[in-house]
Amino acid sequence: MGATQPQRLEVGGAIDRSRLVELVVDGTTVMGFAGDTVASALVANGALRVGNSIYRGRPRGILSAGVEEPNAFVLVKGEHDESMLPATTLELVSGLDLRLLDGIGVLDQKPDPAEYDKMHVHTDVAVVGAGPAGLAAAREAAATGARVVLFEQDFALGGSLLAQPDDLVEGLPAAQWVERVRAELEAAPEVTVLTRTTAFGSYDSNHVVAVEKRAEHLHGTAGDGVSRQRIWHVTAGQLVLATGAFERPIVFADNDVPGIMLASAVVGYIGRYAALPGRDAVVFTTNDSGYAAAHALVRAGATVQVVDARDGGPGERVAAAATAAGLTVRTGSAVVGVDGDVAVEAAWIARIDADGALVGDAERVPCDLVAVSGGWTPNVSLHSQRQGALHWDDDLAGFVPTAPVRDQHLAGAVRGTYWTEGCLVEGAAVGQTAAAAVGFTREDGCAATDLDVAAVDEERAARAGRTRQLWLVESREGGYATHFVDLQRDNTAADVLRATGAGMRSVEHVKRYTSISTGVDQGRIGAVNAIGLLTRLLTGDDARAIPPGQPGQDERVGAPGSAPDGIPAGGAPRPTPGAIGNTTFRAPFTPVAFVALAGRSRGELFDAARTTPVHPWHVDHGARFEDVGQWKRPWYYPRPGEDMDAAVARECRAAREGVAFMDATTLGKIEIRGGDAGEFLNRVYTNAFKKLAVGKARYGVMCKPDGMVFDDGVVLRLAEDRYFATTTTGGAARVLEWLEEWSQTEWPELDVVCTSVTEQWATVAVVGPRSRDVIARLAPDLDVSKEAFGFMEFRETVLASGIPARICRITFSGELAFEINVPTWFGLTVWEDVAAAGADFDITPYGTETMHVLRAEKAYPIVGQDTDGTVTPQDLGMDWIVSTTKDFIGKRSYSRASHQGAGRKQLVSVLPVDRSLRLPEGAQLVESGALGDYTGEGLPARPIPMLGHVTSSYHSQALGRSFGLALVKDGRNRIGQTLIASFEGRFAEVEVADAVLYDTEGARRDG
Amino acid sequence: MLIIDCPNCGPRPETEFGYGGQAHVAYPADPHALTDEEWAQYLFYRDNPKGSYAERWVHSAGCRKWFNAVRDTRTYEISHVYRQGDPRPDLSKGA
Ligand SMILES: [Zn+2]
Repeated sequence: MGATQPQRLEVGGAIDRSRLVELVVDGTTVMGFAGDTVASALVANGALRVGNSIYRGRPRGILSAGVEEPNAFVLVKGEHDESMLPATTLELVSGLDLRLLDGIGVLDQKPDPAEYDKMHVHTDVAVVGAGPAGLAAAREAAATGARVVLFEQDFALGGSLLAQPDDLVEGLPAAQWVERVRAELEAAPEVTVLTRTTAFGSYDSNHVVAVEKRAEHLHGTAGDGVSRQRIWHVTAGQLVLATGAFERPIVFADNDVPGIMLASAVVGYIGRYAALPGRDAVVFTTNDSGYAAAHALVRAGATVQVVDARDGGPGERVAAAATAAGLTVRTGSAVVGVDGDVAVEAAWIARIDADGALVGDAERVPCDLVAVSGGWTPNVSLHSQRQGALHWDDDLAGFVPTAPVRDQHLAGAVRGTYWTEGCLVEGAAVGQTAAAAVGFTREDGCAATDLDVAAVDEERAARAGRTRQLWLVESREGGYATHFVDLQRDNTAADVLRATGAGMRSVEHVKRYTSISTGVDQGRIGAVNAIGLLTRLLTGDDARAIPPGQPGQDERVGAPGSAPDGIPAGGAPRPTPGAIGNTTFRAPFTPVAFVALAGRSRGELFDAARTTPVHPWHVDHGARFEDVGQWKRPWYYPRPGEDMDAAVARECRAAREGVAFMDATTLGKIEIRGGDAGEFLNRVYTNAFKKLAVGKARYGVMCKPDGMVFDDGVVLRLAEDRYFATTTTGGAARVLEWLEEWSQTEWPELDVVCTSVTEQWATVAVVGPRSRDVIARLAPDLDVSKEAFGFMEFRETVLASGIPARICRITFSGELAFEINVPTWFGLTVWEDVAAAGADFDITPYGTETMHVLRAEKAYPIVGQDTDGTVTPQDLGMDWIVSTTKDFIGKRSYSRASHQGAGRKQLVSVLPVDRSLRLPEGAQLVESGALGDYTGEGLPARPIPMLGHVTSSYHSQALGRSFGLALVKDGRNRIGQTLIASFEGRFAEVEVADAVLYDTEGARRDG
Repeated sequence: MLIIDCPNCGPRPETEFGYGGQAHVAYPADPHALTDEEWAQYLFYRDNPKGSYAERWVHSAGCRKWFNAVRDTRTYEISHVYRQGDPRPDLSKGA
């Protein structure tokens, strides 16, 4: 390489020759110009060879000039290395330090320090693609005053025009025409032109997702606050797809040697970048478009021989131009192989028959470039992502859209319109139509009358039928092991043959058997050629066995008694590609970094963290936190030197022997108001609330109609028409939605309104034999005696601090306990007051772990931990909470057969015989003796019937041993039995016991 | 992303809504009068048509109101939205 740019043409191109840009590739400095891509700079330096192929290590070269590139991948070094960027789309900027990759990258394990963000936009019209069709569409839509967003993945507008800057468009050289349209669009106040922005996903309601590169091209001058990349979420009233088409390579022997390049890429490197890929070229084409490369090469001073696979050669006009340019054209011929390992040295050319087999001897033609064109594939990805219909057009030799998706429009090469004038007419027409569909028309009244779309359709038909469907060229030696179909995946025609030989018929199966189309280019290079190969390998009978439903597949395939045109009778070969169809198109169209999708939702901003007003105190006092939903809840408060077990043991002792306090603010809280609130709750909870006295509280369980426990909590009756319900911490939102559902959809006649008040109240639980003393100090106006303030009652009072409070006598530990509810604003103050009032008693803060141990000793279930959506209140041993007199949601289910008799799993406790063994939650329980000779190694010879599993497991300070809760089949009949717990390949004996292990007579709740 | 036209709030993105399954499946007036099979039909069985489907949505992050919509399960196009309690639209008249 070096600094000379030996292959740079003297004149031409859209590069800025006044701005030299230095690039380092694998440690070697390469010079290019502003306006280059990395690939065009390499071409200008005569460096066509890039990394080797992924599996076979074959030397590879730059094949394309765009997003379809399968070979030229680079790693860009930086604070965060980025891999697998196509050199063909990577804009040349100063300071690039690259490594060529062998078809695979390594994810940099360092964090990416760059910022990424998102933008949400609504627009009247969105246009994807800024080639002639897209620019014409955007210009026409903008002229109506509609809001327009134009996406272009390239850093320059123009699309195919960039490669032919001197062609005349509306009387102007193409480059000038593009500049004029750009100026018009930029002057329009409601138009957003997004270059370097790839629309990669298309979703319902015309929701388009795109990624914009925002910073690199500014050479480090982007400044603070400019994100490196931005994800655009654009919802468009109308969407115009002007996404162009991709040229296909041709499948022949050694078609991957560096120096073999798509013909359109050759045109692009010469026209846009003034970079000459080769001086002695062979152009191998199956259609007219290859001739553009031949002319461009001749004008650039290269020698050219054209090999045209068609027996009749090109059309009249193209033939005349070829003659005028002095081109040598061999018709009915093919490049059947090349010489050279790391660069093309010669092409072997021979006449071929209708099957692509050689006729006569091949001739060796020395060359350094083989430009190939196997026809064109419309870029239908965004269309097909929305299930837009496709069909195989045998004349256009491609899958083309059948009709646009609703509220969408198609223009240009995506429809098979492969000439500029046609693109302009179609683009302008859909630009006007799209704007009109959302209510915008031009004020000057200039309508689409002069846009003769029908003439474009006629012209398209006239130009069609000129591509030879040459899916395979036989080699001189035979065999297909170097006939590459998917270059990135290193898959050849031999691999496709192996797939069909193994019985694969569906294109989806062939894709997965071979891995064709699974690479970065997602089949843009190889998919249609693979489908074409299948048409040669499968018979009509095979094709009839292909399952229907693929994109582009003839709808009659698979229909009983049908005979699609594309499938010949009986065992005759050669269905058309339409009988086979495409693999499914999915987002993203081109790769998008996860970090861009994440945007600012990383680290602390990944998810909202909810904290209680007491949170700063918890932090100051060394709490370890656990996440419960979005809440940060103190888990335990270790003192210096304590591990979790020691801290939890100490906290448990304090709650059972002295006094402890916990922040219970995270409980969900809902107020239910209205004249029918009592009746409503009666229907929702399994137990009765209508007759609950004002000032009293009641524990309640709610179930789904199938009778399974859904949530639980305590309900206070604040007034005749006003209740206050608590829910589980994680269940608050779904319980509110549940109440709304039933009140709105089933019982709208009930006078009831539900409101979340979770954020309005802070709750401090004061727990333990000394809790009454602490409450007495805090609330001197309140008579806290057992006689005056009964269990499951609450009182409104004013604390010594002057803060109004609602104090309840509720327990979730079995101990004497109070819950102080105050407006959230006072939460921290009241918490500190509790700490001060209890200091004499060594009041101890405790977290969720201690809460769990205390409640488990009393067999108070945690919904979602001890239940899983298959557990009834009866299964939990709570028959007492299921009303037999009133109806409620779920009641009918308890008389279903599955709820009768034996066999249900019931909540019991399990006591490991090894008193120090803490079973893992989830450990399976089996009959002792059911193990047989199973040792825990591998899998047992026969399935061992499971009786249930451990749902909760702790060490109990009060019991001086480990214990667990478990759901066990017929558990209550098994009390006293010994079962086997199976976990981690081990077994342990456990004794089944009554669920309640501590204070079984419930004597402690009154202190 | 669907844009759903809430009868109370107007067109809003799908992420603001919760889904409630098939519409017009009333809670039985007297569940206890049903056979196990009839009750199981109510609990577990819903239509799964290819085409128009009347279904319930709730505007959770908006007005919190439940409403019904008719959606084509093939295209996801929502042809009708209507308030809870309103009758199912006559689909034969088209969208
Ligand atoms: Zn709403």
